[in-house]
Amino acid sequence: MHEMGIVLHLAKTLDETAEEENLTKIGSVTLQVGEVSGIMTDLFTDCWNYFRGRHKALTECELILETIPAVTYCEGCGKTYPTVPQGRQCPHCGSWETWLKQGNECIIKEIEAE
Amino acid sequence: MKVIQVDRFISDANDKDAAKLREDLKAKGVLFLNLMSSPGSGKTTFLSRTLQDLKDLRLAVMEADIASTVDAERIAALGARSIQVHTGGMCHMDAGMTGAALETLGTDELDVIFLENVGNLICPAEFDTGAHKNVMILSVPEGDDKPLKYPLMFQQSDVLIVSKIDALPYFNFDLDKCRERALRLNPDIRIFPVSAKTGEGMEEWENWLREAREKNTSSVTAAP
Ligand SMILES: Nc1nc2c(ncn2[C@@H]2O[C@H](COP(=O)(O)OP(=O)(O)O)[C@@H](O)[C@H]2O)c(=O)[nH]1
Ligand SMILES: [Mg+2]
Ligand SMILES: [Zn+2]
Ligand SMILES: [Zn+2]
Repeated sequence: MHEMGIVLHLAKTLDETAEEENLTKIGSVTLQVGEVSGIMTDLFTDCWNYFRGRHKALTECELILETIPAVTYCEGCGKTYPTVPQGRQCPHCGSWETWLKQGNECIIKEIEAE
Repeated sequence: MKVIQVDRFISDANDKDAAKLREDLKAKGVLFLNLMSSPGSGKTTFLSRTLQDLKDLRLAVMEADIASTVDAERIAALGARSIQVHTGGMCHMDAGMTGAALETLGTDELDVIFLENVGNLICPAEFDTGAHKNVMILSVPEGDDKPLKYPLMFQQSDVLIVSKIDALPYFNFDLDKCRERALRLNPDIRIFPVSAKTGEGMEEWENWLREAREKNTSSVTAAP
């Protein structure tokens, strides 16, 4: 399953951060998830809750998810528009010369820890 | 508790592992290729033909599959070193998984290692496996519109193999249109139309492979 693989990457970064910063406990992690990143947030939360119960440093770590809206830029007219539900064709001028400006990323923003 | 800014892409951990694998393999003079496509586009058949054609190179194959071992058996039957990786339901390979598999496979006395990734045109493109080059296959029956539907796969690939060209007479597949769409997404992509069945076009691909392998080793000897 796709989401479990990403949970493992998240845990790895948190373990590294805990070591670098000499942390004993991480209370929460805030993740910014792009609207078209391909991550199903409900599934991701389920995977996280399953995983953290088995990883002693992260048992109490709550997951806080924020959405980054997907925005597409149009080469044709220079305007931007919301990618969902419009897709690749620009609603302003009809051009297909468009590219995703933001919304496929997944960023670990901050943690609460001691 | 205090708040600590992390500001890292979630993919950073994987990218770091991948970069390390890529470096280690290069130092050993081994070229590592990641082969991606939809299920049934002809990855295993294409690899089998390549293995049979390039008897002078020491080739190995890592087969990634959700559960079965049929592909690894097909490769092993040809006498090549191979390993089956079961992804345990996961739809893509990442650098941690390829790293573990490479350890079991062993990387000594090899020239090229192929990874046959999980059949899927979407998420394998998002995860760096540590390969030096990404190779994707699009087969003629799948249609020439796939660059429009799966742009990331075409953007991440160094090579596009258009496979099953022996079937061109039976499908509405416009090779020029496909080429144009792929190049628009990725102007550097190398495109090789082939048939693993008749052998047509295989030589051009194999020449590319030999060259990529030589480049991968020669820059090692050039390094301090
Ligand atoms: N006509 C034709 N069929 C092919 C060719 N390459 C593969 N096939 C067939 O396509 C099917 C799937 O091939 P396989 O190599 O297992 O695909 P994979 O799932 O991507 O590994 C098999 O029935 C192959 O015989 C080709 O070049 N021409
Ligand atoms: Mg196969
Ligand atoms: Zn996946
Ligand atoms: Zn426009």
